[in-house]
Amino acid sequence: MPSPMIRIDNITKTYGPLTVLDGLSMDVMPGEKLALIGPSGSGKTTILRILMTLEKINGGHIEVDGDQLFHMQRAGRLAAADEKHLQTMRKKIGMVFQHFNLFPHKCVLDNITLAPMLTKGVPRAAAQARAMELLDMVGMADKAKNMPAQLSGGQKQRVAIARALALSPKIMLFDEVTSALDPELVEEVLNVMRRLAVETDMTMLLVTHEMGFAHDFADRVLFFDKGKIVEEGKPADIFRNPRQERTQSFLRKIIAAGHRV
Amino acid sequence: MIDWSGYIGLILQGALVTIELTVLGSALALVMAFAAGLGRLSRFAGVRVLATVYIEFFRGTSIFVQLFWAYFVLPFAGITLTPLQAGVLALGLNVGAYGAEVVRGAVRAIGREQHEACVALNLGRYHRMRHVILPQALPLMLPTFGNNAIELLKGTAVVSLISLTDMTFQAQVVRAQTGSTLIPFATILVLYFAMAMAISAGMRWLERRASRGLDGVRV
Ligand SMILES: Nc1ncnc2c1ncn2[C@@H]1O[C@H](COP(=O)(O)OP(=O)(O)O)[C@@H](O)[C@H]1O
Ligand SMILES: [Mg+2]
Repeated sequence: MPSPMIRIDNITKTYGPLTVLDGLSMDVMPGEKLALIGPSGSGKTTILRILMTLEKINGGHIEVDGDQLFHMQRAGRLAAADEKHLQTMRKKIGMVFQHFNLFPHKCVLDNITLAPMLTKGVPRAAAQARAMELLDMVGMADKAKNMPAQLSGGQKQRVAIARALALSPKIMLFDEVTSALDPELVEEVLNVMRRLAVETDMTMLLVTHEMGFAHDFADRVLFFDKGKIVEEGKPADIFRNPRQERTQSFLRKIIAAGHRV
Repeated sequence: MIDWSGYIGLILQGALVTIELTVLGSALALVMAFAAGLGRLSRFAGVRVLATVYIEFFRGTSIFVQLFWAYFVLPFAGITLTPLQAGVLALGLNVGAYGAEVVRGAVRAIGREQHEACVALNLGRYHRMRHVILPQALPLMLPTFGNNAIELLKGTAVVSLISLTDMTFQAQVVRAQTGSTLIPFATILVLYFAMAMAISAGMRWLERRASRGLDGVRV
């Protein structure tokens, strides 16, 4: 049994008086494709943001690829991670956002090459060659010189995926990456992600309301409610035979809202 | 009949001094604006306090008093400045304090999602500022910077008080020597206006350059 790529151990997350995560523990295995589903406000985004170090935790520990994420050994004791440690850990993790977050002042190609050149010292020519490969994979090679403002939402999101992949992370986090898209643009982004799931051995965490996609994409589905894992299992089991009443009623609502399962 | 050509030449000499003051003062103001504006956003409390004190002090006291300090009081501290140096110092520090608030406001106007994208791409603080935040904040600063530069140009007239022979000073000289008020002051009116127009045009050109490709994204 290999050791987990991500080990979340009893973490707590609060925003002021609001406790969002209260003693959450979960493991994600290397290469595993994990779908996080659940009602809005259940803490799914918060989990991804914590893993991307965009949020701090109030308690507990997270291990990523064998190292502590928010802690480090200092003078033989476990201390809070400093910026340098966080930067080392972030190399392992990439994230794609709901609203793309492309750099509007840079063309598609420069959006992708910026971080590899600055953070890894990749020479421009090599960074551009790699960027073009990735753009080709997401079907955007012909838009390399376009500015983000000239792209559709689906195109922006495919560029954002290529940008995250350019740093070759071991873990990719996808937070409702199709929720901001017009319905007819959803499929082009999902197709890219299907390819990634099949062709790479990255560990992937996906927050989504596209239940049909989660069913095909995921090795395992976690159903969240109020910051807790209510039910987890293989997609076929969760979607066809949910055991918990809350999972059942959530899926009923999702289907009523027009999402396919 | 007065031979005006010599007097106009005097005023043009003054115009060069005014331009010199404006250019050097603006350069110093720009440096101070970024230093103090970014200083106010620093994660170090000491730097934030220092920047705040500078900004509040120079915005809260008049350019007139600042100039007199630079020229007449600093020598007591062993720092003797030429009138031009004193003028540039006072104008640059004064306008820089206003510019600092512009820099701070523009940087803060760049959305959180841009910072988060940088964290997700593992860009450090310096790279984040240099390659992502400032290039987007700059187009937001330029219109106000243009106004500040014009304010600085108009403010240069105060240096005639420390006997620097700028355009206004020369106009007064011409007036005293010729007894005519209209001609010298009409001349400098036109010249000040032309300089302000030149600044505006330059700024518009810079704005177009800096916001190239950003069309339809913001502002
Ligand atoms: N920055 C924040 N400040 C305060 N509350 C927040 C913040 N971010 C999220 N929350 C709250 O945390 C809870 C979980 O949010 P989130 O993780 O976004 O849920 P989900 O992604 O499952 O919809 C919600 O109640 C939300 O309002
Ligand atoms: Mg969410």
